[in-house]
Amino acid sequence: MNAIPLTSAATAYPVADWRDFLALTKPRVLSLVVFTGLCGLLAAPVTIHPVLGFTAILCIALGAGAAGALNQWYEADLDAKMARTAKRPLPAGRMAPESALHFGVGLAAFSVLLMGLALNLLAAAILLASILYYVVIYTVWLKRRTPQNIVIGGGAGAFPAMIGWAAATGRVDMLPVLLFVLVFLWTAPHFWALALFIRMDYAAAGVPMLPVVAGLRMTRIQQFLYTVPMAASAVAPWALGLTGMLYGVAAIALTVPFVVLSAQVALSRESDPAAMKPERRLFAYSIVYLFAVFGALVADRWLLA
Amino acid sequence: MTPEEDIRRRQRNRAAAMALVLGLLVVLFYAISIAKMAAK
Repeated sequence: MNAIPLTSAATAYPVADWRDFLALTKPRVLSLVVFTGLCGLLAAPVTIHPVLGFTAILCIALGAGAAGALNQWYEADLDAKMARTAKRPLPAGRMAPESALHFGVGLAAFSVLLMGLALNLLAAAILLASILYYVVIYTVWLKRRTPQNIVIGGGAGAFPAMIGWAAATGRVDMLPVLLFVLVFLWTAPHFWALALFIRMDYAAAGVPMLPVVAGLRMTRIQQFLYTVPMAASAVAPWALGLTGMLYGVAAIALTVPFVVLSAQVALSRESDPAAMKPERRLFAYSIVYLFAVFGALVADRWLLA
Repeated sequence: MTPEEDIRRRQRNRAAAMALVLGLLVVLFYAISIAKMAAK
């Protein structure tokens, strides 16, 4: 007997593999989201039951995964035009768009509900705001309309540390706000360094990334203009007495090379993507930098407490 | 493997993944309940 149809709901598409659903959540982006969320949770001046702490991080990861899935659902046409994203499940035709939409909405609703029921309403509200911010304000509204898209999108990536803190304490204090500002400002040099050497991909897809619409020179200047206040926000928690000396020393030691690399990019005149070594170094270091600064924050809290 | 067998294999894998997720959620909800009761 074979009563069950062998095609997916949208009959033109194959039955998606579970790995395709996992790919929708952008697992590599999730690692940074989970890490900053965990650091926000661990840096909070309260202890939280390990099960509830795990649940908070799980909700942050599921919420970010849902936002990633909805982003891929909306941007399937763009992803198909860029080599970096053309093999994702939707542009590759391995999944029905409806499946991605239902998966994203379901996961978002579940993550917010679980956060509200298991932790607190403030954390759930910020999680919901971060999902809506990424999907509606960034993906749908501004990404295709402004060259400052990546700066605005950075706000979504800046939420997890604040959510982790709110999940642990039930409130939002100055330190998580500074962490939000740090990640928000970090996004500009991080993504513009990348955009400088893959700008042809963005140009082909019609995304108004800064190097595409304003040129290399302006992008190099702007990434440095964001790096300066980012450096200040990285050191501010120590300067304001919100952290100990361990964080202060680590933040300065890590931020100085970032500023130097950013200055090298600002002064570069290279236009051949293959020869853009300062840009590649800044992009690579920016990832290590964020992990290290947040790691130093947690180490400061736990070792000096 | 025929296309029909491939579809069946994917459906089986998805069902197994969903069963695993649901099982883990049962354990998680139980643990959350215990943790919240302990907190009170």
